[in-house]
Amino acid sequence: MATLAPAAQRATGPWREPLRRLRRNRSAWTGGGILLFLTAVALTAPLVAPFDPTQPLIGLEDVKKRASPCIHWLGCPADQPQHLMGTDGNVRDLFSRVLYGARLSLVIGLSTVSFAIVLGTALGLVAGYIGGWPDVVIMRFMDVLLAFPSLLLAIAIVTVLGPGLINALIAIGIVSIPVYARVIRASVLSTKEMDFVAASRALGASHIRLMLSRILPNALTPLVVQGTLGIATAILDAAALSFLGLGAQHPTPEWGLMVGQEYKNIFNAPHLTFFPGFALILTVLSFNLLGDGLRDALDPRLAGRGSTLRT
Amino acid sequence: MIQYVVRRVLVSIPVFLGILFITFALARLIPGDPCRAALGERATDRVCDAFIERFGLNKPIPVQFAIYLRDVARGDLGDSLRQGRPVTQILVERLPVTIELALTAMLFATTVGVPLGIISARRRNSAADVATMIGANLGVSTPVFVLGLLLEFLFAVLLKDTFLWLPPSGRLDSGVLVISLAEAWHLESWTGLPAAVLEFFSRLYLLNGLLTGNSKLFLDTLRHLILPAIAVGTIPLAIIARMTRSSMLEVLHLDYIRAARAKGVPMRGVLFRHGLRNALLPVATVIGLSLGGLLSGAVLTETVFNLAGIGRTLFESITARDYTVVQAFTLAVAIIYVMVNLLVDLVYVFLDPRIRLK
Repeated sequence: MATLAPAAQRATGPWREPLRRLRRNRSAWTGGGILLFLTAVALTAPLVAPFDPTQPLIGLEDVKKRASPCIHWLGCPADQPQHLMGTDGNVRDLFSRVLYGARLSLVIGLSTVSFAIVLGTALGLVAGYIGGWPDVVIMRFMDVLLAFPSLLLAIAIVTVLGPGLINALIAIGIVSIPVYARVIRASVLSTKEMDFVAASRALGASHIRLMLSRILPNALTPLVVQGTLGIATAILDAAALSFLGLGAQHPTPEWGLMVGQEYKNIFNAPHLTFFPGFALILTVLSFNLLGDGLRDALDPRLAGRGSTLRT
Repeated sequence: MIQYVVRRVLVSIPVFLGILFITFALARLIPGDPCRAALGERATDRVCDAFIERFGLNKPIPVQFAIYLRDVARGDLGDSLRQGRPVTQILVERLPVTIELALTAMLFATTVGVPLGIISARRRNSAADVATMIGANLGVSTPVFVLGLLLEFLFAVLLKDTFLWLPPSGRLDSGVLVISLAEAWHLESWTGLPAAVLEFFSRLYLLNGLLTGNSKLFLDTLRHLILPAIAVGTIPLAIIARMTRSSMLEVLHLDYIRAARAKGVPMRGVLFRHGLRNALLPVATVIGLSLGGLLSGAVLTETVFNLAGIGRTLFESITARDYTVVQAFTLAVAIIYVMVNLLVDLVYVFLDPRIRLK
């Protein structure tokens, strides 16, 4: 073993350099900062929100439906009830709904991507490690899934499963499997012929052990990057399904659904589209920035490449 | 070259069979009764039996699949369960709307994205570069429907009564006449496939306006297309700008660029004659891959802007359980998708003669 990489000879460990790069990466900082803020919003929503996000205020106070924002501090008369982002078509406080929406969006992003990563990794590992006909069958099936625009396939799957948030998440999860399967398979193919794997095999390591503790760790970097960017896509797709009425159902405070229910009123109540819309943009932006930063830091070869190709 | 094309098409066949199978299976898996979805809740059992008989829905699923394959091979996509007319006719009506939208959006994304990427790469870390990259990040992070609605609000509400006002929905103002190509060229006697093809092109209003010299039709269509095309084209635009920038930066570090500079070729010449041609390779791939996003985005854009294109039709047919329309439209979308990817591969070979046609 005369040709150890220089990085491995240093006593400082393999993570020092990437971490240093990550610390200096502006887009990772910005993305991480926004994400931290959103997480704080999600966690403290019950404390901060002035109203119940699902409870119409009819009869509780004197406020009209689709009322424009009323902020006392900005000159809204003090005798009117304060609603920072106005009220929606069911006379609910939009600000409270947008706050609670943060919880949902983060959970949506993380859960669908975890689902897709677990299945995609399993499929990619098997395809890449075993090769032969399982590889052909699995990857051809992935090709077929990729032949459909992701949102259309998700719509079709949701229709089969029935509309609803959970089913929408399953659909988006299924649709994103091929990306991870491909990423993992490519890494597996490049690592499985390496000497350290052959050495392990010679020492009698089982196939499962080789796959999980020798090959998989080497494929983690692209997976982490792809996963972070994938969360952004998943949140976008989930919002799109809810917008079309196939995802979260009334009265769930989901941003896509909030836009979907009120977009026809854009001419007289634009705030009902703007606030949830901007919340969505901010959330997706944070994951995109963080993903870009991670990629630049963890995989300098790819630095500066474009974002995820699949939208 | 021809051999390569043929082999690429042959390789796509298993994928096509898979697509056919999945569209067929998905359509059957959609829960609910297609008869009552099409004819209404109060359709009697006798009516429904006749309906199911007529569309062959009582046959075993494998037999239905075989019949479906045979019909597709013959170019017969069946009748819509809901509208009772041939699906091909619906395709001919709706497909042009989306194609026109997608091509305009792609044109917008490329003509704006590539120059932005070049400027960014040329003046790395300048204000223009930073602004472009921030804009690109915002672009890929904005949901298509939110962007569409923001544009609608900006151009149809805030800029109302100015010359920048743009219509918020539809394809044409009422009162704008569309003369079909068959009528304009006195080809009404055509029937069958040629007539359908002619009808298809007639419904590409921009093309129709150009061919028949109908400037009113052309301009009105264009005015209606601007907002949806920006909405659906922004994500590809952002991706193309980033891709052009990074691949340009990569190329500009190579030795042959330095050699050209040393030889005294001015920067502009190096940039366009030497750099761009190589830098555009990955961009071509991205443009092809963006098409899936465009078609996905089309469902949302067509909803927001009230356009009867394939995205909207597909969505409505899925929720209405119109099996035949769902199958035909997903098939059409997948075929377009696979064809575009083939086209991209061929463009690749054209742009880079080093790629040997293995």
